[in-house]
Amino acid sequence: MKSESKLEKILTQGIFAFTGELGPPRGSNVETIREKAAYLKGNVDMVNITDNQTAVVRMSSWAASIIVLQQGIEPNYQMVCRDRNRLAMQSDILGVYAHGISNILCLSGDHQQFGDHPNAKGVFDIDSIQLISMVKQMRDEGKFLSGDEIDTPPKLFIGAAANPFADPFEWRIQRLAKKIEAGADFIQTQCVYNMNKMREWIKIANEEGLTEKVYILAGVTPMKSLGMAKYMQSKVPGMDVPDEIIKRIEGVERKKQAEEGIKVACEQIEEFKQMKGVAGVHLMAIEWEHKVPELAERAKVLPRPQV
Amino acid sequence: MVKSKRKPLNEIMGSIQAYSRIFNIGCGGCASVCLAGGQREVNALNSEITAELKSQGLHKQIDGYTIERQCNNQFFQGLDEIVQKYDCLLSMACGAGVQFLAERFPTKPVFPALNTISIGIDRDIGLYEERCRACGECVLGYTGGICPVTRCAKSLFNGPCGGTNKGKCEISSEIPCAWQEIYVRLKDQNRLNDIRKIRPVMLWQNQVQRMTVQESYRQRYAQS
Ligand code: SF4
Repeated sequence: MKSESKLEKILTQGIFAFTGELGPPRGSNVETIREKAAYLKGNVDMVNITDNQTAVVRMSSWAASIIVLQQGIEPNYQMVCRDRNRLAMQSDILGVYAHGISNILCLSGDHQQFGDHPNAKGVFDIDSIQLISMVKQMRDEGKFLSGDEIDTPPKLFIGAAANPFADPFEWRIQRLAKKIEAGADFIQTQCVYNMNKMREWIKIANEEGLTEKVYILAGVTPMKSLGMAKYMQSKVPGMDVPDEIIKRIEGVERKKQAEEGIKVACEQIEEFKQMKGVAGVHLMAIEWEHKVPELAERAKVLPRPQV
Repeated sequence: MVKSKRKPLNEIMGSIQAYSRIFNIGCGGCASVCLAGGQREVNALNSEITAELKSQGLHKQIDGYTIERQCNNQFFQGLDEIVQKYDCLLSMACGAGVQFLAERFPTKPVFPALNTISIGIDRDIGLYEERCRACGECVLGYTGGICPVTRCAKSLFNGPCGGTNKGKCEISSEIPCAWQEIYVRLKDQNRLNDIRKIRPVMLWQNQVQRMTVQESYRQRYAQS
């Protein structure tokens, strides 16, 4: 084992993983974290704690990760390159591991222009691929980026993101290969709506032997409403929502749209369970945590394994 | 070259408010080339200031003069005497020129009339595009002559990120994704291998003020 991560144990045992997500509050409200966490507990194997997602200030992801950990849930500490330089990154990595966190997700981060401080200075000292290799070097060689020795290296299970839908499509597999080469142990994909493209991407990843080197968790986000589906289609960078999804949600009466969204998500999860090269699902039920117990139940991924 | 743009009039009015004899100094170098701070722009600004003062019922003396460049000491020589007649200086040079002018006349308040924007190219007359951030460690050799530091909104060295959208950057549907362009250009040149390798972290050179000594002059400056 590379780490003490529960996710690593689940994946190495060949169990279909099911992970969730929790966005920290816009304030110091611990209760909201605990409430959200309660819905996730026992229904997912690990919970991603987002890092100032969409470039909006929230409680720091490491702090929220610790609170989640105290609730008996395994956090996946997300770290973006936008807000920290290499010094801050390395010290936070040591800090989270010292607090018992075993997973990290290395991301570029949404550009600050989207967020609540659009004129902030973006750091982007290193990029997400460089971050992955830095975490790997810290873990496997016990060395800082500078080459200096680390007293008690952080044994983190290293995650990265992949977007099979962004251009240029041909290059997306190369980029996945670069992330694996850099040291990614697992991948969580962008929310999948375009299943055709996902199948194609996974097929190439299989052919290139990449799925043998990394565990891929497919991203699933149920549509809550037609409005959300349309917003995701037109406003969210790198998101690929085919018209057929819009039509499906549109085809039912307003009150049943959420139900339809859940149905689509469950169908996707069923397919992912069978899809060669997919090792699990990452469920991003954004501000819909209370639906996770129902979703997990209906996706037939319960009970979650005790490892 | 260095691209700059005039500050708003009210900001300039604010900085000269407390002074009654103002000398506006233009720059015949980059600032003139990009139509921001040459002789013509000095005259234009001075008439704007005069008109504004008039509308406020105020009177100040405001004169102008443009020197060849404000980033080289030798061009200041002719100014030494005339500057003494004024109680503040406006500079229509880039930030480097403003500072050098202020260094040359340390007892005179010096105010910038321009904002320095970028090192860029001329897209057209009066239309300039940033192309270089002077990082000090040029990577254009492996990125197909497209700068990821300047043109990628996240300055990625191993791009593109997941936000690229139909060839455009995630920050705007108007801005091309630099990494999409890098990919296309290298693909056309059959050089994709250049970006298949992981590019290690940048050793930033621009975090402290830099002094450039050309090799052929090293001896000369080592002695002094
Ligand atoms: S979309 Fe392209 S240019 Fe914009 S931040 Fe991502 S890689 Fe850089």
